[in-house]
Amino acid sequence: MPSQISAAKPVIKCASVYKVFGENAKKLLSQSNGYVDAKTFKDAGCVVGVNNASFEVFEGEILVVMGLSGSGKSTLLRCISRLTDTTAGDIFIDGQDLLAMTPKQLIELRRNKMGMVFQSFGLLPHKTVLENIAFPLQVKGKSTDESMTRALEMVELVGLDGRENYFPRQLSGGQQQRVGIARSLAVEPDIWFLDEPFSALDPLIRKEMQDEFLRLQGVLNKTILFVTHDFNEALRLADRIAIMKDGVIEQLDTPANIVLCPATEYVRKFTEEVPREKVLKIESVMEPAVDASLLGPLQVSKDAIIFTVAEAVLTEPKHVAVVDGLGHIVGSVHASKIIHMLFGNANTTDDKL
Amino acid sequence: MAFVNKHFKTLQILVLLVFFFTLYLLVTPDETNVLWRFPALFAGFPGAINGFAEHLMYDWFPVEVYDSDLEEYETSALIRELTRGFSGGVLFCIQFVREILLGGVKTIVAFTSWDFVGDNKWAVWPALPWTVVLGGAILLGYALSGKMLALLAGIATSYIAIFGQWEPAMETLSFVLIAAPVSCLLGLFFGAVAYKSKTAETIIMPLLNVAQTMPHFSYLIPVMVFFGVGDHAGAIATIIFATPPMIRLTLLGLKRVSPEVVEAGAMSGCSNSQMMLKVLIPTARRDILIGTNQVIMQCLAMAVIASFIGAKGLGFNLLLALNQLRIGQALELGICIVLIAVVLDKLSLAWANKQTDYFADSSYFQRHKYGIIFLIFMVTCVILTFVGKIIFGGGINYFYLIPHNQGITTEPFWQAGVDWMVENWYHGLQTFNNWLIIDVLMPMKAAYLGMPVSATFVLVMGIGYMIGGWRSALIVGGFLLFIAFTEWWDRALITAYMTSFAVIVSAVIGVIVGSLCAQNSFASKVILIVCDTLQTFPSFIYLIPVIMLFGVTDTSVLIAVVVYATIPATRYTVEGLRSVPATLQDAGSMSGVNKLQRWVNIEMPLAFPHIMLGINQTVVFALFMVIIGAMIGTDDLGQYILKALSDKNGIGNGLMLGLCVAFIGLAVDHLIRTWADQKKIALGMT
Repeated sequence: MPSQISAAKPVIKCASVYKVFGENAKKLLSQSNGYVDAKTFKDAGCVVGVNNASFEVFEGEILVVMGLSGSGKSTLLRCISRLTDTTAGDIFIDGQDLLAMTPKQLIELRRNKMGMVFQSFGLLPHKTVLENIAFPLQVKGKSTDESMTRALEMVELVGLDGRENYFPRQLSGGQQQRVGIARSLAVEPDIWFLDEPFSALDPLIRKEMQDEFLRLQGVLNKTILFVTHDFNEALRLADRIAIMKDGVIEQLDTPANIVLCPATEYVRKFTEEVPREKVLKIESVMEPAVDASLLGPLQVSKDAIIFTVAEAVLTEPKHVAVVDGLGHIVGSVHASKIIHMLFGNANTTDDKL
Repeated sequence: MAFVNKHFKTLQILVLLVFFFTLYLLVTPDETNVLWRFPALFAGFPGAINGFAEHLMYDWFPVEVYDSDLEEYETSALIRELTRGFSGGVLFCIQFVREILLGGVKTIVAFTSWDFVGDNKWAVWPALPWTVVLGGAILLGYALSGKMLALLAGIATSYIAIFGQWEPAMETLSFVLIAAPVSCLLGLFFGAVAYKSKTAETIIMPLLNVAQTMPHFSYLIPVMVFFGVGDHAGAIATIIFATPPMIRLTLLGLKRVSPEVVEAGAMSGCSNSQMMLKVLIPTARRDILIGTNQVIMQCLAMAVIASFIGAKGLGFNLLLALNQLRIGQALELGICIVLIAVVLDKLSLAWANKQTDYFADSSYFQRHKYGIIFLIFMVTCVILTFVGKIIFGGGINYFYLIPHNQGITTEPFWQAGVDWMVENWYHGLQTFNNWLIIDVLMPMKAAYLGMPVSATFVLVMGIGYMIGGWRSALIVGGFLLFIAFTEWWDRALITAYMTSFAVIVSAVIGVIVGSLCAQNSFASKVILIVCDTLQTFPSFIYLIPVIMLFGVTDTSVLIAVVVYATIPATRYTVEGLRSVPATLQDAGSMSGVNKLQRWVNIEMPLAFPHIMLGINQTVVFALFMVIIGAMIGTDDLGQYILKALSDKNGIGNGLMLGLCVAFIGLAVDHLIRTWADQKKIALGMT
């Protein structure tokens, strides 16, 4: 996993970030000594958007922030892109203090390092597909020729060939979001923000766009902060998931860990309906390696999603060897374990897995 | 108690009416009775304003200026020099455009001297032959939009030339071509400032409210005092009048830009100016374009009114024709103004919608196609002009410039029509006229004038209290108090009577016509186009046909007002009814409503707040038109404003009268808007 490869270098680092809306937000916050209770703030006429968020995002990692509407996930994203001002706390981008930047530095940062995709696309209605995609480049002062050439590359990348001269209103939602994606990638940013990019799309298109997103990330390997309210989407895309409720990050962990050990009751409710075999990897049901004589001929990768190998494992009477990326046996798994995982009472047997 | 709670509103209204009529009947008409008329406490204000303006113009902040004619320094006031410089600049721009179109020497004089022009006979700027302008208009229309617009532009230009209105039309055009862009830029600028700064917005908005309800004539007087008389003064008055709607619509458009688009701009790394010019303004284009259209319409509406302070052109001639009761000529001139308005409107729209095409691997000729065609055309037409000179000999060269009133005219036809109508319909029209004046208007006027000031306050403030609590009561009371303290309360009552009569008739007609048309999507579309077209006509035009029918009477004014004010009522009714959600219509159908039940129980309640906003517009339109009606002869505030216009010390009176009219409009506007907003919130339609 990318996150483990380059774990040493956080691209985004948030330390005790607070965002409180309201007139006396700053004053109230300084009186509260770091402990923010949403209710007392509400009585004072303030709304807590983000409450003491601290985390890091590493190079090449997809961090998905998941929460229901009003949980503060979009606000958190906007604090990190500095579209809203943070009330308190520190945010570092590549070690630079984001909140201390002058407007000029901020513009430079956005022109070169950041790209963002929006829920309702945020396309400029008066510009064609090509002009929209070229917009960040033109704003930067690139020549028309150069920016158009680059924009055409992006059109190809997101598969909109032949629609360069369409206007946003002439495109379907999925196509519009492809334009949004192409635009956000046009300046080759290191950090990619996506704010519920697929929420406004139909389920089938959403699935297609998620695949497209994973394909692009496979090629581009950006550092990604992805906001969604769809838990399944989070599970599909994330390297790590941060689950937010009322401005607080309830749990931040890998999808498997969230499903297996939800930290709070709130998180557990999300995991209830999740088909585990489609989320968990063989690794999570793996047992220590058994004697070679007990192993069958079948070998599965420890990173394989259980669902994809379940049939093979279930038809193998013996233990199945689990191998890592280099082919070394790191453990074993038996059909009984899979059956238990699939049909055991998920709600009460978490600890037995 | 339960009864009181249940019928609270009705009881409120009853109590209010009882109070009103008690005062109405008990207060004796006596000038010393405060309950009857308030003393004119503000009577000294106009004089003070006059004194202030004079001080500003002649005494305040003296500066030394070099007079190049007398070749010596003299003392002058700063403001005077500033306005003089500004006037000179505007005048030069207008003349420059005018001389490109019509020829002349003034531009050359501006760079040399009259002596130079006198000595050198060759130093005359030739006019563009009208055929060149025609070709240019067609080409522009085609390049911007296509065949239809080219055809429209062609017909309009030919009409103007052939009917011998070329010179005044080009004079008007030159003045619009300067005033409209300046207004648009100013409007954009102030709109953007108001968008950026909350403080600026809170300062600008109330000013806009007053500015947009002040009658046109009121603008003329201060402009005349500070900038003198002439084309430039007309242009400046027009700019002042046309800018407020542009500011308002720019601000509205900018505020409506979706936050995500703004964020997308920010994340693309836009600087402040890039954000405004490349993201916000283009995205808000729809509303800003409506603003541009309004500016163009206002400019042409002012073409007539500005002629009061010396703007030359179609407006001036129209005014003359109306004064001489030459209906046919007035009609032809009116059509010219309307045609210019429509063509400019469409051209500006098409221009704003035009897109640039990248990656068009076109040749030099293709890229400069229109320029080259125009050049070829121009050369051809110039040759044609010389040919014309030979053909027509010493007479008028019809290929060059058709002089004023030397074209075809349909005037005899219209005159014959008017004569015929007078002959045949005179009796019927006169009977109607007499009936209206004697049985409706006179009693209504008497009733308004017989209203004690205390009763008026009770009624208006009571309505204010019922709609928006004490706050509204105090606001409308304040507006009224201002008028009551001036010496024109009776005049204001007459204005109020004419306006309310017109509004009632317009509202009834508008709601009925609108409701009928809204039953059918085709009829809705047609009526909206009709409203659009009628709104493009400058308000003045409406006076022409009614004078034709009713001559110079109060009836004419009122009918023109009614026709003009019915447009917004109709439009808002159609829009309101058509925007009732389809699910509610379906729900109604499934409950088995018939057409009438649907209209009464579903459509009207939901559309009513929107219709009320239309009525609000109707009030403003009617008020404007009533004031313009002063031209035909009324005895209300408008007539006094018109008088102030010809008074040397008119600025004080003019401004105070203008404010009186504005405050009537603002009081009504406040009441209706507050009510409609509350209703919309209650219906969940915000």
